[in-house]
Amino acid sequence: MRIDWVLPLVGVRFDLDPLGGVFIAATGAVAIAVGIHSVSYAKRERWAQFPLFMLPLFVAAMLLVPAAGSVTTLLVAWELMAATSLVLVLSEHRRDAVRSAGVFYAVMTQLGFVAILVALVVLSAAGGGDAFTTIAAHADSLTPGTRNAVFLLTVLGFGSKAGLLPLHAWLPKAHPEAPSPVSALMSAAMVNMGIYGIIRIDLQLLGPGPHWWGLTLMIFGAVSAVFGVLQASVATDLKQLLAYSTTENMGLITLALGAASLLSSSGAPTVAVIAMTAAFLHLLAHAAFKTLGFLAAGSVLAATGLRDLDKLGGLARRMPVTTVMFGIAALGASGLPLGAGFVSEWLLLQSLIHSPHDGDTLLALAMPLSVGAVALTTGLGIAAMVKAFGVGFLARPRSAAAEAATEAPVSMLAGMGLAATACMVFAVAPVLLAPALKQVLAVLPTVGGEAAALQIGTVLRLPGVAGSISPGLLAVAMAISVLLALGLARWGVRHRPAAAAAPLWACGADALSPRMQYTATSFAEPLQRVFDDILRPDTNVEVTHFAESQYLVEKVTYRTLMADPVEQRFYTPAVRAVTIWAQLVRRAHTGSVHLYLAYGAFGLFIVLLVAR
Amino acid sequence: MSALAVVAAAMQVVGVLAGAPFVVGGMRQVRARLEGRAGGGIGQPWRDLRKQLRKQQITPLGTTVVFALAPAVVAGSTLLIAAIVPLVALGSPLDSVADLFGVVGLLFLGTVALTLAGLDTGTAFGGMGSSREITIAALVEPTILLAVFALSVPGQSANLAAIVSATVDNPGQLVSPGSLLAFVALAIVITAEAGRLPVDNPSTHLELTMIHEAMVLEYAGPKLALVEWASGMRLTVLLALVANLFMPWGIAGADPSVLAVLIGLAAITVKVVVLAGVLAAGEVFIAKLRLFRVPELLAGSFLLALLAVTASYFFANPTT
Repeated sequence: MRIDWVLPLVGVRFDLDPLGGVFIAATGAVAIAVGIHSVSYAKRERWAQFPLFMLPLFVAAMLLVPAAGSVTTLLVAWELMAATSLVLVLSEHRRDAVRSAGVFYAVMTQLGFVAILVALVVLSAAGGGDAFTTIAAHADSLTPGTRNAVFLLTVLGFGSKAGLLPLHAWLPKAHPEAPSPVSALMSAAMVNMGIYGIIRIDLQLLGPGPHWWGLTLMIFGAVSAVFGVLQASVATDLKQLLAYSTTENMGLITLALGAASLLSSSGAPTVAVIAMTAAFLHLLAHAAFKTLGFLAAGSVLAATGLRDLDKLGGLARRMPVTTVMFGIAALGASGLPLGAGFVSEWLLLQSLIHSPHDGDTLLALAMPLSVGAVALTTGLGIAAMVKAFGVGFLARPRSAAAEAATEAPVSMLAGMGLAATACMVFAVAPVLLAPALKQVLAVLPTVGGEAAALQIGTVLRLPGVAGSISPGLLAVAMAISVLLALGLARWGVRHRPAAAAAPLWACGADALSPRMQYTATSFAEPLQRVFDDILRPDTNVEVTHFAESQYLVEKVTYRTLMADPVEQRFYTPAVRAVTIWAQLVRRAHTGSVHLYLAYGAFGLFIVLLVAR
Repeated sequence: MSALAVVAAAMQVVGVLAGAPFVVGGMRQVRARLEGRAGGGIGQPWRDLRKQLRKQQITPLGTTVVFALAPAVVAGSTLLIAAIVPLVALGSPLDSVADLFGVVGLLFLGTVALTLAGLDTGTAFGGMGSSREITIAALVEPTILLAVFALSVPGQSANLAAIVSATVDNPGQLVSPGSLLAFVALAIVITAEAGRLPVDNPSTHLELTMIHEAMVLEYAGPKLALVEWASGMRLTVLLALVANLFMPWGIAGADPSVLAVLIGLAAITVKVVVLAGVLAAGEVFIAKLRLFRVPELLAGSFLLALLAVTASYFFANPTT
């Protein structure tokens, strides 16, 4: 569809294909759940009219991005998405943290935009037109230099939107500081657009790419996944934990995309299909469980005003439905069986272990290391999610605010219920998605034509290689065996005295106080020590002694600060360098209009000279 | 899928259920004798279970349904694993339902249930045990999955029946570097996952060193019985699985005869008894590692597993 009058010279152009359709469907589904949830969230948090107006605009922009059929349309929709989300992040702009996150987000998203802009302009100049169809027709005539430059720039630009390292730093700042429905939209839908960009430009228009493209994507993905999950496992802010988990999952998806690209360029298209399916399934599953996670975190935030896991706890009795909802989300995020993320992670692992064994050294090194990275990610992901659920929702409340929590209102629960249903579908019946996935895979040249081979039925069978799993039957079997175990525990029930309740053992003290419990910080302490070299926590222990004797301790203060090491190492020097440059440039700012006019004339001369 | 294959799978479940307390009892007895004690006898865990199951059901105040259901989830997931993996015969009706990755996932599902239960009590011990257990689990997972990778290379599949039958058909590959390295790596992580020395001492209640026992400190009576039964079953299933992954001889085929099933049952019993005896005897000679030295051990096993996979790429004869 073309609408010529909207933009001068080029007009806007929309082309819908199955690839864009999947992203539109995912965004739409997330938006529905978020919309229902935000009915009472907005009322409770007394949102002004402005964010209420911006929210639909943000959703509309996200729906336009995958529908765009030309470079210009994509860029306009992209920028609209960035701008509306920025405004939404700033909706609680009276807090300092929000303002600083907003500035960070604005700068990073615009830098990413510049990378995408340059890449797409180069692409459309070399590809002979603005529309994607024209570029696709001319894709073969592009020089390798152009292709590689476009690939690198788009991976950087789109990767920053998806929260991939090293351009992830805005994500764990902006996502937690935004209002929770907006966090859900950003973390479950907006990051997908980064993946969409990589698939559309690099894998579809320019693809299939050379060997090193796939390898680059795999490295970006693996590093992001491991780093994201490591930060998540030591995070103590519930929403920040979820945001780091977004980086982790986008990393896994990118890893799957890279594996698909590498495998198809190594002559294993059937296995590439598995990797590509894993990427799409994980993208959709992530959208479902991350929506649910952020909405549940939003309900907790609305009920208690808290995001700090060290102060939460005891919500299972006070907010039972929300607790169950968060449990479903956490199970999905941890990649365990019966959770939403299991099938896709299983597919990813299968695609990695079934790579061809024909003495290709690159594959022989890349695939085992990737399996190790995925496995470490899953292991730490379990730890992070057990912490979020176990410390945040179980045990006893660690603060008065958590103690006073009440169940979320009906519309919040309804929104979460919708997302939870989606999680269930991914967990036990991915068969329902098979027709859609088949259509998407058919339009991708990287794996095209092989798509019919993957059988996603009740039993999921891999094409070309032996391997099968049945999430639905597994759930049934698990339910039966848990019932069997419960039956075993009833053995000897005739001899038992009547059941009773008793207080917990307090090590001989009178009663347990909530302060005796493990907190999120203490729970993650062993992991923090194991990964000391990567995380580099800033720990400080101060022991104050009594004046009378230094053998008696008056108090011990333990303070630990988890800063993002990548941010400290790369961003701080960059910001410092920019500041120094700005100081230099400032010398030219004298305030004299004459001088400014001279600058203008001088600049024009240079342009004329260069252009001649 | 023949009727006898179903019977064989049922025998695996019943065998693990009934045999697990004997395995635990036997290991304690071996240790006791080697340490110069008389020991409680092989049947002592069964007598303990019977005693615990007749005790009063006590719910600690302030715990939720997570605490109440966790023992059943651990026991249930272990029973399901016992039904899936090829212990007595190859053709389990559930073989296509979950492969080795699925089995590892089920194993971790049980671990997660217990760690959540430990956190649910809201005591210092519960949290401490959960925190340590999840740290070890997070570091064990990479090694297990890499070892699965190495094992799945010869059979071209991660489905257990395919792995085991590939070894049965071609026993020579067992002495390949990949297979040997994978065995050592898997042995280390399974020791860690089953909570045995040198990672965790199942017979300690010293607060500084407890891992598994700290998590389940608040359980009593029938629930404690289920927890202990489940941990015995986990150990038994893991030992049996390792035995059949690396020494599958005697296992009945996918379409077995009655005699083959009986031979399979006898074979797996002998293998588990031998492995359990070796493990128990080995435990006499080693001390528990400091908690923060455990990651070094697990990192070592991760490296072995990585070498195993790489070796399987470079040394295995390409069959494709």
